Amino acid sequence: MDLKGAVKEIIPWDGTLSSTDFLLSARTFSEKWKMFNPSFPPWHWIPCSKHHLVASHKVEGYLSLDNMCHIKKSCEEEESNRSLTSKEESNNSQREEPFDCGTLVCPEHEVNHYDFHIIYSSSYRVPVLYFRSYHSDGQLLPLNEIEKDLPGHSAKILSESKWTFITHEEHPYLNRPWYKLHPCGTSEWMKLLYEGDSSLNRNGFIIEHYLVSWFSVIGQVVGLKIPLEMLDTVVSNAS
Amino acid sequence: MSSAQKQVWEGAIPLQIHLHESEVTTLPPPPPALVLAPRIGYLPLLISLVKPHFSSTLPPGLDAVWFDYKGLPLKWYIPTGVLFDLLCVEPERPWNLTVHFRGYPSNVLLPCEGEDSVKWSFINSLKEAAYVINGNSKNVMNMSQPDQVELWSSVLNGNLEIYRRVASKLKLGTSEDEYTENVSSVLIKSPQSTGDADVTGQVKTGRIPVRLYLWTVNEEFDDFEDAPQIDNWDKVSYINRPVELHKEDGKYFSLNDAVKRILPEFFPENSFVIEGNTNINQSGEEGERSSDPGSSCNAAEIAEIKFVRIQGIEPVLDIPFSWVVNNFVNPEYFLHMCVCLKVNANAVQ
Repeated sequence: MDLKGAVKEIIPWDGTLSSTDFLLSARTFSEKWKMFNPSFPPWHWIPCSKHHLVASHKVEGYLSLDNMCHIKKSCEEEESNRSLTSKEESNNSQREEPFDCGTLVCPEHEVNHYDFHIIYSSSYRVPVLYFRSYHSDGQLLPLNEIEKDLPGHSAKILSESKWTFITHEEHPYLNRPWYKLHPCGTSEWMKLLYEGDSSLNRNGFIIEHYLVSWFSVIGQVVGLKIPLEMLDTVVSNAS
Repeated sequence: MSSAQKQVWEGAIPLQIHLHESEVTTLPPPPPALVLAPRIGYLPLLISLVKPHFSSTLPPGLDAVWFDYKGLPLKWYIPTGVLFDLLCVEPERPWNLTVHFRGYPSNVLLPCEGEDSVKWSFINSLKEAAYVINGNSKNVMNMSQPDQVELWSSVLNGNLEIYRRVASKLKLGTSEDEYTENVSSVLIKSPQSTGDADVTGQVKTGRIPVRLYLWTVNEEFDDFEDAPQIDNWDKVSYINRPVELHKEDGKYFSLNDAVKRILPEFFPENSFVIEGNTNINQSGEEGERSSDPGSSCNAAEIAEIKFVRIQGIEPVLDIPFSWVVNNFVNPEYFLHMCVCLKVNANAVQ
């Protein structure tokens, strides 16, 4: 292990992750999310044997966050509340509420449900965010409807880069159409994210907290914000 | 240019395309459309041929074209040749498909907006392959618009010469020409013992983009005609996983080795141990196995490769993987392999 660590120190890190390290990082991310976002649904690890007849000796799977709700607001309020919230949040009086509890029962407002999955890409060697959205009755939303739920900057990019930003692809494990945030630039900006901070330049630490950092960027694309405390512990642990 | 590559590009499948009975509004029903479909092409690209054939008999409404084979919706983003190799274990000629212009099964099939969807699915796959090979997609991202148009039209028209000229700018395996020729000469000299040494010198290190379509069976069948039918996409495991070649692969690396490396779940003894943690686990497992009086070398492999089919061919598994890669890849630089494994009965949960 020492030799492996030494080798990793010498070779400049390319911003990628092995599938084993993805599993480690997923555990850390899931724990921190539970700690700092108690009112949100947790991220679950879904173990997956792709082969029905044989148990996989290699642990494969993905992270899953199901049934996040986006409640549509009127045009004026929409700009300031364009982020996804949990159903449970309206019941948490300790948190600052973006809207009245009463809006939950108002029949005029539609509720869009979102499922998010974080899946490792063997080709790009980075995590990839997959998601889908559906009405309360289970009817899937097309992309032009989802676009309305995205933060303004994401909706703008999507309209400009229709084919390469958010693409409609088959879920690698579920064999169903899902939306995917295209990962081809991920390793480069992950590398940049860590490059300037020499105090974080310990590869074991980088790997363990990869997903927390990754999600602090990716989550914003779909309106899922990470609380600052979740990132603060990354910094404080390093110092 | 190798003759094998040329034949791959010229590969075609005779299709007999029937209009689904629910969409027939005339009597007698229209005759099927006979189409010769390029192996490396995609089904939606045939719509311009198929639509005129059936348009006079279609019911009113908006078109949403899709195909099925024996009730199984066909994934349009998989090359036509791969679909045929996977779903027709015993090749069916002509291949009888059903076309629909209504009732798109959007819960299981990705939507397709005609040629644009196919083109961008292709481009995104090409980016992915470039990333696998080079560690970045810059050469694809920076392709000029005229080059992009020319590359796609060469795929549409099956023009290998134009394709090779444009694709060479992507620098995906720059030594391909010399390498292919060297491998060909090695194959010619295969009776000689020096053949192995030559192959050793030519094996390149790096990652190879592979898409593997895995189908597992637990019953024996001798003839392909007796093979069970794939009637559900959940019966096929789609594995998008590169093959990694390393300096340690100085020895002969065969197609058999490559398949087993992609499937460590089934061939644990053959998996290449890269990570320290995995190595520790592997040692532990081996220790446990050796202490078991009933264990043997064969027990480690819980499956047997029944066949591997690539571009309609079942190569001898001892063939050099490098030759297969250089001659059988699709235009987006992925090697598509259909693999059938027979899983040992005692391994079933």
